[in-house]
Amino acid sequence: MAEQPAGMGGVPGYRPEASVLRDIESMLRSRSLVERIVEKIKRLAPLAARRVGQTPIKIMDFCGTHEYTVTHYGIRSLMPPEVEIVAGPGCPVCITPAYYVDVMIKLSLEGVRVYTYGDAYKLPGSGRRGRDIRSLEEARAAGGDVVVVYSVLDAIKMAREDDKPGVFFAVGFETTAPATASPVVAGIVPKNLAILNVHRLTPPIMRYTFETHRDNPIRGVIAPGHVSTIVGAKAWRFVVEEYGIPTVVAGFEPVDVLLAILEILRQLAEGKPRLVNEYSRAVTWEGNVKAQRMIEECCEVVDAAWRGIGFVPRSGLAFRDKYREVDALHQYGIKELTPEEWRYDLPPGCRCAEVTLGIAKPTDCPLFMKTCTPGTPYGPCMVSSEGACAVWARFGGGGLAEEIARSLGIM
Amino acid sequence: MTWYIRLWKFVTLAHGAGGKETEELVRNLIVQKVPPELWKVGEDGAGLDALDDSALIPLGGGRYLAVTVDSYTVKPIFFPGGDLGKLAASGTINDLLMAGARPVAALDAIVVEEGFPVEDLNKIVESYVGTLAENRVALIGGDFKTMPKGQLDGIVIASMGIGFTEHPIVDRNIRPGDKIIVSGYLGDHGAAILAAQQAVGVDLGVESDVKPLTDLMLPLLDRYASYIHGAGDPTRGGLAMLVNDWAEKTGTVIVIDEARVPVRPQVKEYAEMLGVDPLSLASEGAAVLAVAPEKAEEIVEFMRSLGYEQASIIGEVYEAKDPRHRGRVLLRSVTGGVRILEPPSGEIVPRIC
Repeated sequence: MAEQPAGMGGVPGYRPEASVLRDIESMLRSRSLVERIVEKIKRLAPLAARRVGQTPIKIMDFCGTHEYTVTHYGIRSLMPPEVEIVAGPGCPVCITPAYYVDVMIKLSLEGVRVYTYGDAYKLPGSGRRGRDIRSLEEARAAGGDVVVVYSVLDAIKMAREDDKPGVFFAVGFETTAPATASPVVAGIVPKNLAILNVHRLTPPIMRYTFETHRDNPIRGVIAPGHVSTIVGAKAWRFVVEEYGIPTVVAGFEPVDVLLAILEILRQLAEGKPRLVNEYSRAVTWEGNVKAQRMIEECCEVVDAAWRGIGFVPRSGLAFRDKYREVDALHQYGIKELTPEEWRYDLPPGCRCAEVTLGIAKPTDCPLFMKTCTPGTPYGPCMVSSEGACAVWARFGGGGLAEEIARSLGIM
Repeated sequence: MTWYIRLWKFVTLAHGAGGKETEELVRNLIVQKVPPELWKVGEDGAGLDALDDSALIPLGGGRYLAVTVDSYTVKPIFFPGGDLGKLAASGTINDLLMAGARPVAALDAIVVEEGFPVEDLNKIVESYVGTLAENRVALIGGDFKTMPKGQLDGIVIASMGIGFTEHPIVDRNIRPGDKIIVSGYLGDHGAAILAAQQAVGVDLGVESDVKPLTDLMLPLLDRYASYIHGAGDPTRGGLAMLVNDWAEKTGTVIVIDEARVPVRPQVKEYAEMLGVDPLSLASEGAAVLAVAPEKAEEIVEFMRSLGYEQASIIGEVYEAKDPRHRGRVLLRSVTGGVRILEPPSGEIVPRIC
């Protein structure tokens, strides 16, 4: 479901048979196991609430795929009233500034071939719906040269074959950054292919998010599992050390998420915040060191813009000077966005920024499922399948399911 | 009537995907233009008022003529488990069966792109006619046209079906208490087609389930016609679209238990990999029924005895306790948590990033 972590530097591991994997998976989704954990959560929640002194206890699932798990499996409907699960800024497509989308649209219409991931293909820039060319999808319909690829390697392969000038739209968090960095460092990017590096980093935005939740602070963090395979569990140490928030790196099955919630409540009840790695089957303390080195080699950490939010200190990646020949900013003379020039880049009425930061729910937005639907997306959070609005739209988030279930006496 | 100007300047693929957008377009752009007295023929007929699998025209003496039409296009034209011809014939037959009718005759209109291989056309027609013949359905007329190269992508078949019934199944008769039954694995067709289109080197090991459901539905109708309140084949938009349509038409709440919905493990995994809900994937050889609760178990047993071994009760129809709940479908997920099962919206495209 999620961005696949770049498979780099991994030791060839044990690969169980498909039937064994299926059994493991069904266990991690099993109703009886879920019931047992939920029972414990319900016992602990009042204790945690008493210690915290405020309800609801806000637990943030950082990652878009965690939000998918929570909504798709109806996990909110299983929570006691003391616990509120809040979606965080874990959708890399949603937070990509409109400016870069506009740049890519322009290039595609000027005869430069634009290579993009599927999610970013539909992402709107700053154009107005029904009047301007708003996305790469619309650019292609208008004659622009846009190719949807699965990875930068596809773009490299195609660029080598056709010899056309092209730009790869490199969006994503630490999960996709190594996939971009690896061919750059290896020097296998052909001369006719440049990369627009819009990669963003997750720990800085988590810090930023905490600061925006003042009245009822976030009391627990379900840290992103896939990102952590790259950055390592250690990346979240600051959450505990500086903010005193219980943090659990979790996998993406329902049982993973429920265990994370249980652990957070246990820590809150004891008053002892810790960093726990629930997802040890994929995440280590150090993470993928080779991937980290690869990123470090070709990119520097810079202040970077987030859509609807603005500049967040040291939250983005930019190519180092020695790799400027692959840098689309350099090759095509594109001006980099600056804090002075950044303008609020969400369409009027869209509340994506607040949704991204977990301050508003998708259902709080007056446009949600009115003029902004998966079929007619208006804001960026409705476009990517990891966007909280798209997840709620597809799987009916917002509390109605619980209400109906209770009214029918089936819950 | 500014609905389309406000949201859409152009027709999109989503409008033809069989989800929410298709329904909106049909209602707003087509149905509204027809004077309501011409929505159907005869007082107890069914037409645009019902928007069911087939329209019904009363013939007197309790008999009805069932009529259906659909245009068929699929890429690739030859896919694992079938081809366009079999798809068109099966779809036509199934739409009649789902109205409780015995299929009798079909007509076709074939439009082909200039330059299309005659050999392929021959195979498709052979498969279309062969499927009709196997099910004792006559082909009584049709039309054939060619479009200049580039003005059509390959071939499109429009197929119309005619049948008769004395016990028409009209979905608006679905009522609280009814049990929801499926005849077998869901989503095979959608998954097989997606896998063939994606060409990412996935050997799914699943073929399209495309087939006429004559061997299931005719015996069922013979025995249980008066207990079957609703029937549908979950084609485009899958089970999710079908049950939402039922709930909306009847103002009820339908509850589906995900753990009891038969989906092949590899279809589930593949759909998950692509970020598509398996319950939105099309089946072309599966039936979904809403039946009287007292006969539900017996009907499932009977379906199994006919070779539909995965037939299962997957849900129930409830009366809405609040007007805001009317037309909603609730899904109890495998974990036991509940969520709304939304009708699929947007073009059903696999995620890539």
